[in-house]
Amino acid sequence: MELESPQEQSEPAILSGPSDARTADLPGWFHEQQRAAWAKFETLPYPNRKDQPWRFSSVNALDLSSYKQGGSLKQTERDEILERSTGLDAVAGRLIFADDQLLRRDPLPEALLKRGLLLMPLERALLEHEELFRRHFMAQPATLGSAKFAALHEAFAKSGTFLYVPRGVEVELPIEIFHWLHGENAAVFPHTLLIADDLSKVTVIENFRSAHRDRGGFACGVNDLVVGQGAKVNYICAQTWNDKVLSIQINATTVARDASGLSLNVHLGGAYSRFESLSRLTGEGARSDLLAVCVADGSQEFDARTLQDHISPHTTSDLLYKNALTDRARNTFGGLIRVEPHAHFTDAYQTVRNLLLSDDAEANSMPGLEILADNVKCSHGATSGQIDEDEMFYLLSRGIPMSVAKQLLVSGFLNEVVDRLDHSAINALVHQLIEAKFARR
Amino acid sequence: MSQLSIHNLRVSIADQEIIRGLSLDVPKGEIHAIMGPNGSGKSTLAKVLAGHPDYKVTTGQVLMDGENVLELAPDERARKGLFLAFQYPSEIPGVSIANFLRAAVQARLPEGEELEATDYYAKLYEKMDLLEMDRSFTSRSVNEGFSGGEKKRNEILQLAMLEPKYAVLDETDSGLDIDALKVVANGVNSLRSPNLGVLLITHYQRLLDYIIPDHVHVMVQGRIVRSGGKELALELEEKGYESYETVKDEVGEPALA
Repeated sequence: MELESPQEQSEPAILSGPSDARTADLPGWFHEQQRAAWAKFETLPYPNRKDQPWRFSSVNALDLSSYKQGGSLKQTERDEILERSTGLDAVAGRLIFADDQLLRRDPLPEALLKRGLLLMPLERALLEHEELFRRHFMAQPATLGSAKFAALHEAFAKSGTFLYVPRGVEVELPIEIFHWLHGENAAVFPHTLLIADDLSKVTVIENFRSAHRDRGGFACGVNDLVVGQGAKVNYICAQTWNDKVLSIQINATTVARDASGLSLNVHLGGAYSRFESLSRLTGEGARSDLLAVCVADGSQEFDARTLQDHISPHTTSDLLYKNALTDRARNTFGGLIRVEPHAHFTDAYQTVRNLLLSDDAEANSMPGLEILADNVKCSHGATSGQIDEDEMFYLLSRGIPMSVAKQLLVSGFLNEVVDRLDHSAINALVHQLIEAKFARR
Repeated sequence: MSQLSIHNLRVSIADQEIIRGLSLDVPKGEIHAIMGPNGSGKSTLAKVLAGHPDYKVTTGQVLMDGENVLELAPDERARKGLFLAFQYPSEIPGVSIANFLRAAVQARLPEGEELEATDYYAKLYEKMDLLEMDRSFTSRSVNEGFSGGEKKRNEILQLAMLEPKYAVLDETDSGLDIDALKVVANGVNSLRSPNLGVLLITHYQRLLDYIIPDHVHVMVQGRIVRSGGKELALELEEKGYESYETVKDEVGEPALA
């Protein structure tokens, strides 16, 4: 028998299903759950463009046959990835994953540990905090089109972040998470389960990056953000996969009474990147801000689907998505504001702006309203336009070269979104990522 | 030759000729005012000099220190030392004054040289103080939500930062109350130097009470119809442009050599 190093071994294809060996150390109920999820994945049909939730989407991109479960990393590869995991200078805690394996976990400050803050990999949380885990893990069904991928995620998820912020605890510095794709055609299933108890406060930033420029990969992630009464959660996704990656991200946020949940989705990478965001406003006085920025070039495709679900009266949601597209890039937005019966005195807004920088770029926006209550203030609008010629001339007249002027105008266009997050360090990081994307061109 | 030299310039927009054989020299170190009634083509002249793509130069030359600027793209002209203070400056949402000006200053540095941030800010603050601009302006988006006076001050701030060889100030006094007018005029006066030639375009004489020009030109129907000293401005204020209206028909005809 020939010996092979682990790197050369062929890892099992994801479509052959999760192997029990992967999760042998995890409890039986979790195994059951994964098996049931796999059966569900196999039963559900692949998306079809005729389905409204997949309208305009290039569903052909969703061929999963070449993706494999991630293998183990060599020490040198681990070291290199750790070294490249640079983001914010000051954080309260940090987790770094590559191909769904935890490479490093920076300890939390003593003061936060004492107050009961929990930050740990998922597989430990389901052993140590089974009750919390089972109550919130994927508690919201994926209703925006990706039920099949949510099932796939559930079947494979074992890695990711569990964050519990106890009642009244305010975490001033952000929690930083890195998910790297490393192996050729590796599949990852990043999960973040965030439970912010009443009156707590936390900011989380997740960085999704590729270790190699030219390796394909598949990311199928799910976030559960649970915002307790009077709590405040900021969630930032900084997605900079390489341009070969297929990415599907399913976000579910539940905002309780007088609480506030803000999500900023920055999507710059991927060949095809879809993100679905469900925001449920379940208590009076709840507020949800849904922000997103996409910069698409080459033949990149971004596909965003949203639901602002107003379940209680006196709730507010505000969505602002801005996309800059060039070359042959495509962007699709499908969003709905739903005001449930009895959710009177709702304020809900939905604004999508596309900046088309080339003749071949394509943006399709489908905003929507479904109002079943009285006394609501709702607005929605989607526009597509080009760079304003007067603005361009003004910059040129100051000696700024065309390419730099274009970049300034696009950044300016996107800044309105990024600046809604009032956090200078994260804003600076996001601007830096956007600039890096331009510099690549 | 150290001058901005416009020679027999003819400009059209959508087949309508707006500038009809205009000639003018602005030597470095001098301030020349162009006055004229509405519709005389003053603002068109300003935009053409800056290279606005909507206007078509059918004939003529514009030489900056001997170099034909009409062959240059707008950003090249600017880097070579031509500046236009806009009558209606554009609002640039999301781009801070600090970033905007840094890009403009950076563009003037040799390839590969990075702008030193501390030097840049020291200079920026110095010029802002001169124009009585609050430092919080640096983080505000360019011209967005600015009052008329703030916009014009911002134009002069850019003039001060970019140190051009020639500046065209297009109706820099419009939209200014008397206090703002004085601040802007002070700013311009402080930049007067043997290294700067200024072409000041205005409809009213009042700006010229504060920025004393070396020469005044009257522009009617796309041409300079009279030139004189600063006292010409006072005469225009008193008598208006009416006496030139009769000239209008004459200049409507092809100019005689």
